[in-house]
Amino acid sequence: MIEEKRLMKGNEAIGEAAIRAGCDAYFGYPITPQNELTAYMASGMLDQGRVFIQAESEVAAMSMVYGAAAAGGRAMTSSSSPGVSLKQEGISYACGADIPCVVVNVARAGPGLGGISPAQGDYFQATRGGGHGDYYHIVLAPKSVQEAADLTYEAFALAEKWRMPVMILADGLIGQMMEGVSLPPPLPSRERPSRPWAAGAGRPGASNHLTSLFIDPPDLEAKVMARFERYEEIARERASFEAVNVDKAELIFVAYGTASRVCLGAVQAAKEMGLELGLLRPISLWPFPKDELARLAGKGKRFLAVEMSMGQMVDDVRLAVNGTVGARVAAVDFYGRTGGIIPSEEEVLAEAKRLMGWK
Amino acid sequence: MEVAYGHPKSLVPIQTKYCPGCGHGVVHRLIAEAVDELGAQDRSIIMNPVGCSIWADLYFDFDSVQVPHGRTPAGATGVKRMRPDCLVICYQGDGDLAAIGTAEIVHAANRGEKFTTIFINNAIYGMTGGQMAPTTLVGQKATTAPHGRDPDVAGMGYPIRVCEMLSTLAGTKYIARGAVDTAANVRKTKQYIKRAFEAQLRGVGFTMVEVLSPCPTNWQMSPTEAAAWVASDMVPAFPLGEIKNELSSPSATSTAAGGAT
Repeated sequence: MIEEKRLMKGNEAIGEAAIRAGCDAYFGYPITPQNELTAYMASGMLDQGRVFIQAESEVAAMSMVYGAAAAGGRAMTSSSSPGVSLKQEGISYACGADIPCVVVNVARAGPGLGGISPAQGDYFQATRGGGHGDYYHIVLAPKSVQEAADLTYEAFALAEKWRMPVMILADGLIGQMMEGVSLPPPLPSRERPSRPWAAGAGRPGASNHLTSLFIDPPDLEAKVMARFERYEEIARERASFEAVNVDKAELIFVAYGTASRVCLGAVQAAKEMGLELGLLRPISLWPFPKDELARLAGKGKRFLAVEMSMGQMVDDVRLAVNGTVGARVAAVDFYGRTGGIIPSEEEVLAEAKRLMGWK
Repeated sequence: MEVAYGHPKSLVPIQTKYCPGCGHGVVHRLIAEAVDELGAQDRSIIMNPVGCSIWADLYFDFDSVQVPHGRTPAGATGVKRMRPDCLVICYQGDGDLAAIGTAEIVHAANRGEKFTTIFINNAIYGMTGGQMAPTTLVGQKATTAPHGRDPDVAGMGYPIRVCEMLSTLAGTKYIARGAVDTAANVRKTKQYIKRAFEAQLRGVGFTMVEVLSPCPTNWQMSPTEAAAWVASDMVPAFPLGEIKNELSSPSATSTAAGGAT
């Protein structure tokens, strides 16, 4: 049965999708521009007799998530950039103890307190293992309210499948804007995987110890190496993207989230002028869809990375393209605005035309 | 022949890494005895902190969750909320609880989280090698207080009395302070721990037992001297007893009658 569309804010749609995915426990702390999400979870979770706590800090909220997930619950937290910096402690521990959970970053401009307008300056933090240590985790970047709901719903299952935190990296625009959304159906609890590894699972056989401490270097190295083998599998299975007009176009925008909407508008505007531009939109930022970029580079395509930052994802584009047989030298250009400014269609189109030498 | 005294079922029969004269091993045993007496081994979860007792998961024969330094009460909050029927034991040292984790313990206590905190106060950082703790006594030497804790000139502050501080919060229902320097105090501490565990299983609210515990290595004393120093120097600064007992139900008194007083 297809449910009728609802008009919702991105923050609310993320909350509703999490509840429908069977989120057992939510822990958060107020921060703009994700406050609607915390409020939505407060009423949504408490009304259903599930766990909601407004924590004393982001640091504590993340450790509550860690505890609830270690005890077998589907647990989640959300915040915005400065708060996500604080959560990095717990994210590192969750990665080190293989504890699945969902972390939402409705990002704003930085550094420091920065501003409350949408930005994409948290790309490095999100995709490079933003805390201490040798790790990565899945990062998914929605472009719309619908996709924010869909990716949040999927995030819980991905987290459990791969035993790691999954981050939804949205931004203030995705969180604040309203769009029509068809929500996924509530997940029956019987369809959720069992968690015999959890604390309090009833000691099937031996005690369960959830820890990131492996004091003997060979033990820790083996643990980390096994995790990196898993990362390879995830890259093969879950790297995802959307491609628009990439075959006809010589110049392809590479952009995610809000910036990709701007680029899509520029692709459409160019079409009306009889000009062919393409868009490659990474949906998973980690794993990054590097194979598709390499394939396109091998066909001699040029790329214009567009970000709401001074250029972070563009490094991954260059890494994907560099060394590809058939790729042009200096095939990757960058255009970005920062400080909470969203680039306009006109300015990204003008940059594309300039690079292509079009009048 | 009936076995009157043996190794607790909930304690793995191995030698600990703890130093001679350290209080952790004694408190571990008291916890394990209480868990066994309550028949709770299969539903107990120990939250082991960062500090010497990070090894707790090696010694307790039940599930464990290890969390970041000081976040032990936040992690325990998550665990207990997901597993309300489990006996969740939040084991913390003085650095973990009263320095880096001050916010977490205050708010977990204030929310009335229904786990039990076992707070080991040895007035020093053990694992990192003898730095000043929030509970270090005035004048007590530490690697980071080489001339002794000096609240005035060096501005090092005063020892924090955690039990007294937390007892002002409405969410706390049972707060006691014991010590493991003498056999009598060990028995009394066991009684406090068991009372707190029973209260937790009844779901009454936040419960905590602080234990004054010797650290001969970092105090640079023999085990005997260290035990004597608990009595002579620590107890006057951290008075023993039930600091707050709001366990109104009759079983609280009946438990008390069961132990040595």
